[in-house]
Order: sequence, then structure tokens, then C-alpha cells
Amino acid sequence: MAVQDVLPSRKGSSGFSALNDQRVRGAIFQVLLIVAIVSFAWWIIHNTAANLRAQGIGFGFGILRDSAGFQINQTLIDYQETSSYVRVYFVGLLNTLLVSFIGVILATIIGFIVGISRLSKNWVVARAAYVYIEVLRNIPLLLQIFIWYFAVLRLLPAKRDAIDLGPFGLLNIAGWYAPSPVLGRGFALVVAALVIGIVATFVLRAWARRRQMATGEIFPLFRVALALIVGLPLIAYFVAGFTFANPPFSLEYPTPGNFGPRGGLRVFPEFIGLLMALSFYTASFIAEIVRAGILAVPNGQTEASYSLGLRPGHTLRLVVIPQAMRVIIPPLTSQYLNLTKNSSLAVAIAYPDLVSVFAGTALNQTGRAVEFILITMATYLTISLVTSLFMNWYNRSVALVER
Amino acid sequence: MSDIQSQTDLVFVRDEMLSQASPPHRERGLVGWLRKNLFSSWSNTLLTLIALYVIWIVVPPLVDFALVQAVWSGDSRDVCTTINQGGIQPNGWFGACWPYVKDYFAQFIYGRYPLEERWRVNIVFALFVIGVVPLLIPTAPFKSMNLIYMAVVFPVAALLLLTGGHMEFAGMIGIGRELAPLGSGLDFWIEYALLTLIVLGIAYAWARGTGAPAGGLLKLVLTIMLALAAVIFVLSLDLGLEFVPTSIWGGLLVTLVIAITGIAASLPLGIVLALGRRSDMPIVRFVCVVFIEFWRGVPLITVLFMSSVMLPLFLPEGVSFDKLLRALIGVALFSAAYMAEVIRGGLQAIPKGQYEGADAVGLAYWQKMRLIILPQALTLVIPGIVNTFIGLFKDTTLVLIIGLFDFLGQIQSSFTDPSWSTPVQATTAYFFAACVYWIFCFSMSRYSIFTENRLRTGHAR
Repeated sequence: MAVQDVLPSRKGSSGFSALNDQRVRGAIFQVLLIVAIVSFAWWIIHNTAANLRAQGIGFGFGILRDSAGFQINQTLIDYQETSSYVRVYFVGLLNTLLVSFIGVILATIIGFIVGISRLSKNWVVARAAYVYIEVLRNIPLLLQIFIWYFAVLRLLPAKRDAIDLGPFGLLNIAGWYAPSPVLGRGFALVVAALVIGIVATFVLRAWARRRQMATGEIFPLFRVALALIVGLPLIAYFVAGFTFANPPFSLEYPTPGNFGPRGGLRVFPEFIGLLMALSFYTASFIAEIVRAGILAVPNGQTEASYSLGLRPGHTLRLVVIPQAMRVIIPPLTSQYLNLTKNSSLAVAIAYPDLVSVFAGTALNQTGRAVEFILITMATYLTISLVTSLFMNWYNRSVALVER
Repeated sequence: MSDIQSQTDLVFVRDEMLSQASPPHRERGLVGWLRKNLFSSWSNTLLTLIALYVIWIVVPPLVDFALVQAVWSGDSRDVCTTINQGGIQPNGWFGACWPYVKDYFAQFIYGRYPLEERWRVNIVFALFVIGVVPLLIPTAPFKSMNLIYMAVVFPVAALLLLTGGHMEFAGMIGIGRELAPLGSGLDFWIEYALLTLIVLGIAYAWARGTGAPAGGLLKLVLTIMLALAAVIFVLSLDLGLEFVPTSIWGGLLVTLVIAITGIAASLPLGIVLALGRRSDMPIVRFVCVVFIEFWRGVPLITVLFMSSVMLPLFLPEGVSFDKLLRALIGVALFSAAYMAEVIRGGLQAIPKGQYEGADAVGLAYWQKMRLIILPQALTLVIPGIVNTFIGLFKDTTLVLIIGLFDFLGQIQSSFTDPSWSTPVQATTAYFFAACVYWIFCFSMSRYSIFTENRLRTGHAR
């Protein structure tokens, strides 16, 4: 219609048309785009409403208050069969966040080790890291989850006999029975000591930095910080132990029994399988990112640092790593996001994550596809956006500032 | 005395060079290499030992399982079970059961595609190889013919051969349905004719508005619409091929169909989105950013759930999309967002002078993009595109969660067959699947490195 409006002007001034003006064209095009999108959205909403009416399914989020009526094996918050779908949502969300959080930490550790190994002068180490990367990242994650869950964890001994991991508890087909922490009366004291240690370290760091700026003397911060963060709670532990006559913190070990181990903290095999697959898979990508980041720092930086008299440790910590981090952080962020999103594959082995319990079981029970899928997608979108906002903020604080 | 004196005063002057000696024994050969690379210091030695230990706990058990202990022939589960489990192997035996894989091999490739129709799948595979191999060899001739073959001839032929035609098309807006009875197929053609008229009208108005000759543009639009109509018409015909519904496709066939359609659809869509994201028009840019960030922010599995349970609700009553097609739409939209970001990277890497130069010689926007910018940008990001493709290829496994039988899904479903169910079945099957996926992905990544090296000429430092 907009096209029609400008047509007469062409006849008026021979050869010239407003359509030849890029701004007019842009405006027309954008208006057309909006019209197309709005009508497409209207078409979809109209169809959906008609279909829902035909199937006799309503639309609305009131259903979330209904009782769920199914069990979930791993819950971080209190959950019963009578709990509402809202609670199911939070159980799923927390399970997703738990496996993603631990996965991110594990993947980062493994990834950095493998990435640095890849650059090692040691031939065997470098080759092993190379093979690790090429094998793990070229096999689909879902298959790796299946392998960990069905082909590795299923080979563990039956419920009544378990592999004794010594200080790490017991392991069998029903999962890992880790020693569980038992808190004594003096535990608050230990926590207080830890907090004091951490705060003192921060204060000390600020002081040490100021002193170094002023005098050039380097304070052995790391050793003192270690003493503060580890030593102080340790002293508090013994003090509390003597005062209250029972240890403020101890481990309860699981004991083997006829119906499986008793006591301890049970970690479900679904969790272990998913966590292993996610961390090892993502680590192979992180390793390549780390390698690229380190290679991106010119060798001249290291040489200049040596010629200024810095020790290798200081060179690595003060010169190479800060510069490598600039290259590493943006792609590392997307790997963290990928890991979080990939944790949704949990549905394949029934680890109760958000997709599995909320967009899976709960959706199937209620048949409310639109609401449940929309909420799930919105949740992941929020996690993604928050993570990238945070990492972008962090990235800006370490990024190279030029002119 | 003086005699001795004169003797010690003699100065030794060497008048010939020493012949070159080989380095000390300890620096040479295997020993020297080992000393230098593996045991140069105690920390290095420790690292070597740790690495060797890790290799020792991973590699020998795998080799033992896959080759040494493995069973290579047999025709029932007996050969792959221990005596305790009712078979013939000694107790404690744990090895791969290859006869099971051999038995199921055809199913892993074709799924439940009818036995007597599998030649059609083979022809499609052959047609694909004929098209793709010369495309991948940089020196092969007739590149443009090859591209046309892959972009037009192959998809139509593959679609016809795999499904066997007989497709039903239905109108989507409801206008056609008002005029023609449901199920007659006429409603689709009425809407198609309407669409053609609208497109022709817009093209005509555009040509009049810009003062360009209208004839050529109209002819082009009409040709495209007619060609498309011809293809759709042929697909709805009965050509004597038996109709094979996609619900019984499976195995590697489905994996390849999803991966190839996904890449073919996501590449043009990705280009459009990337251009839109860098456009000067604020609304266009906003729409593209929202689209890209939305698809990149959600897991593929939720996209697949959406396409499998929500997409049918989006469509008018009576119109139903095939399950595979729904998954394809989800995969294509999802990977288009990733593709767009890869291409945006390429667009950003083109120096500003190229854009300005194109503007200076008076090229219009699309001319500038088509002739100057996109060829350079796409060449730059070929490795990125291949990487996206590898990711897409691996992600095809996710369709098994919404009940499609891709390669992995077919393997998973074979576990339910009691005639081969043994404790080693899953391990064998997964090992086999891992090898197949690895070969595909690894060769693609090698090819990407090859292209990268080939295109880097002139920038070598």
C-alpha cells in the first residue's frame, strides 16, 4: 500500500522517484517487515487458540498450582508427590543449575589441564592431550551420555556389593555413596574463622599492593593467604573440638548392607553419568580455547619479561596469563552456556533436570504444551542472558584498552 | 735445558680441520630423543609417567574389548554370553559382539525402510556422492554446474526417490478452503496462484517505482514461481514409486537427511540474518538480533520439543506436518541462528575499504553484497561453517528424544530385540556408533583445516 502512495510522484517529476531514495526504501521495507511479522504472529495465535478450543484444552498458568503427583528421585528442596507444579519447576531448575555449576568447574579444570598439556614439550603428554581432544569432541554428546550411563555405570557391581573407594565412600550400580558431613556444635566457629580468613586476605592484598606500588617490595601474599584461609579455620576446628568435646565437623561413612549401602550421601548414577559426559565433552572444547589463548600471547612478551628479570612463575602469572585470558574469556563464556544448555540432554537418562521433569513428565501429565514449553524456554533464555551479561562485564574489566 | 726450552716454546698450529664427529651416543637416536622429549628433568619424567599411566588404564581395555576378546561370527546371542548367562563364552568374558552389529547393519543404515525399496535410498546416496565429491575438490571443473546440481537437481530427486511422491499439500490461510472442498488439493493451488499474483504485483510496483524496466523482473519472478509449482506438482503425482512415509525411515538415512537439509536451509537463512543484524535499518536489526539471540539462548532439545508438540498447534486445523519435517524446521531455525553469527564474523572481518569501494563505484546494496562482500566473507568463514555443520551433525542425535529413529536412535531401539540381548550389547553398539560418528566428524574437521590452509595463501607470516 505504501508503494502505491509514492507511485504518482514518478509521473510528476519525470524519472525521479521517492523509491530511489534509500531512506524511503528502508522505511517501506521496515513497515512491510512489521506488517509481515504481526500478521504471522496473529495467524499463529489465532490457529493455536482455535486448536486448543477444539481439543478442549484451556490456556493459563493456573494449572501450575495443581498437585503434581509424581516422584522425583533427586531433589535439593523439600518435595512431595502432593507438591505443586511450581515446586516441580524449582526442583528441576535447581537440579539443572547444580549439574551445570559442578560441570562448569570440572570442565574448566580438565580443560585447562588438557589445553596446557597440548602445548607441553613432553611428547607423550602433548600427544595424549591431542588424542583426548580429537576423540571427545568428535563424538556426539548424547552418545557420550549413553556411554557413561549405560556402558560404564551399568557395569558397576550390584546393589548389595559395592566397590570400596576408601576415604571416598562406596560405589555401586545404584550410585556413589559419598561420606556425608556431620556438623557439630562448634561448626559456626570454624565458619566464622574461614570468613575472617577470607576478609583478612582481601585487606592484606590491598595493603600489599599499595606497599608494592610505594616501595616496589613484593609481599609473599600467597603463602600468608594460605595460612589465613586454611590455618585459621584449622585452629578454630581444634579449639571448638576441645571446648565442646565433639568435633565440629566430621564425616559419616556409608556402611555396606544387604539392601545396598546405608548412610552417607547418595549421588545418583544419572547425575554422575550426565556430569561426566558434560565435563569431559566440554573440556575438549575448553582445551582448544586455552591453547589458542596461550598461543595468542607473543613470545616476545615472555622474553621481555625474562629480560626484566622476572622469574618464570611471575612471568606466567603476571604477563602471559592476563593477556591469554583476554582471548580465552569470550569463547569460554559460550562454552559455559553450551554446557548449561546441554544439561537438558538429561531427559535421555531421566536425570530430573528442568526439561526432564517440567517440560517432560509434567507436560505429558497435563497436556499443556504451550505454557510448559514457553516457561522452560524463557528460563533457559534468562540463564543465558544473565550469564552472558555477567561474563561480558567481566570481559570488559580484563579487556585490552587501546587509546 | 735450552733444548727442552725450545721444545716447549713450540706453538701448536692445527693445519687441518677435525672431521665431524657424530654426537655422543646418549644424544642420538631413540635414546637421545627419549631423553630430550620425555625425561629431560624429574618433573618431565613424572609427567611422562602420569601420561603413560593414564594411557595404560584407557587404551588396553578398549583394545582388549574391541579386538582381542571380541566375537567375530555367530548367529545368536549364545556366542556373546558367558556360560553363567547361558552362552558358550567362559565366565568373566567381556568382549565386543560384532555379529550382532553385522546382523543389524542394514537397519542402522536404512531403519525400517522397506527392503525392496532400499535401492532408492542407495541411488540417493550415490547421487549425493556424485555431487558432493567434485564440490569438495577445489580443482574439479564445472563448479557452477555442480552447484546447480546440488542446489536444485539433487534435492528434488532425493525427495522424489525417498518419499515416492504422492505428497499432499494443503492451503494454510483459509482463503483456499473457502473456495474449494477440503482434501481436494485445490485449496493449495488457489492460494499458490494468489501468492504468485501478489509477488508479481509487488515486483511490478517496485519496477515502476524505481523506474526500471518491468518486463525482465516479471519474467524472472514468473519463471521461479512456475518452476516451483512444477516441482510441487511432480511431488504430488503418482510416478509408480511406492509411497514410503517418513515414519518408517531411520538410521543413517535420517541422520544425513536432517544434517544436510539443516545445513542447506540454515546457510541462506543465516546469511539473511547476518546481513539483517548489520543493517542500517533499526527495526530490521532489532528483529534479527531478537531472532538470533532467542535461538542461541535455548537448548536444541526444547526447540525440538516445541516443534514436536507446539508446531501442530500453530497450524490451521486439518493441516498436519510430518514429524520429520517438523524436526527439520526446528533444526534449521536453530542452526540458522548459529550460522548467522559465524557469517557475521566474516562480514566484520572485511575491511571497511571494501564496503566504501563498492559504494564508490555506485553498486546498489544487493550488488555490493553479492559481488564484493559476501564472496570474501563466506570464504573467510568456511572453517566456521564446517564447524557449525559438525555441530549440527552431532546434534542430529537429539531427535531420538522426540521419537525419531536416527542412527543412534536405531541403535538404541535394537536393544529391545531379545535375540541379541546380552550384557555386552550396549557397549558394543555404542562403541560402533562412536566410531561411525567420529569418522564423519573427524574427516569433516580435517577438510575444514585443509580449506583453511588452502585459502590462507598470501597471508602466511
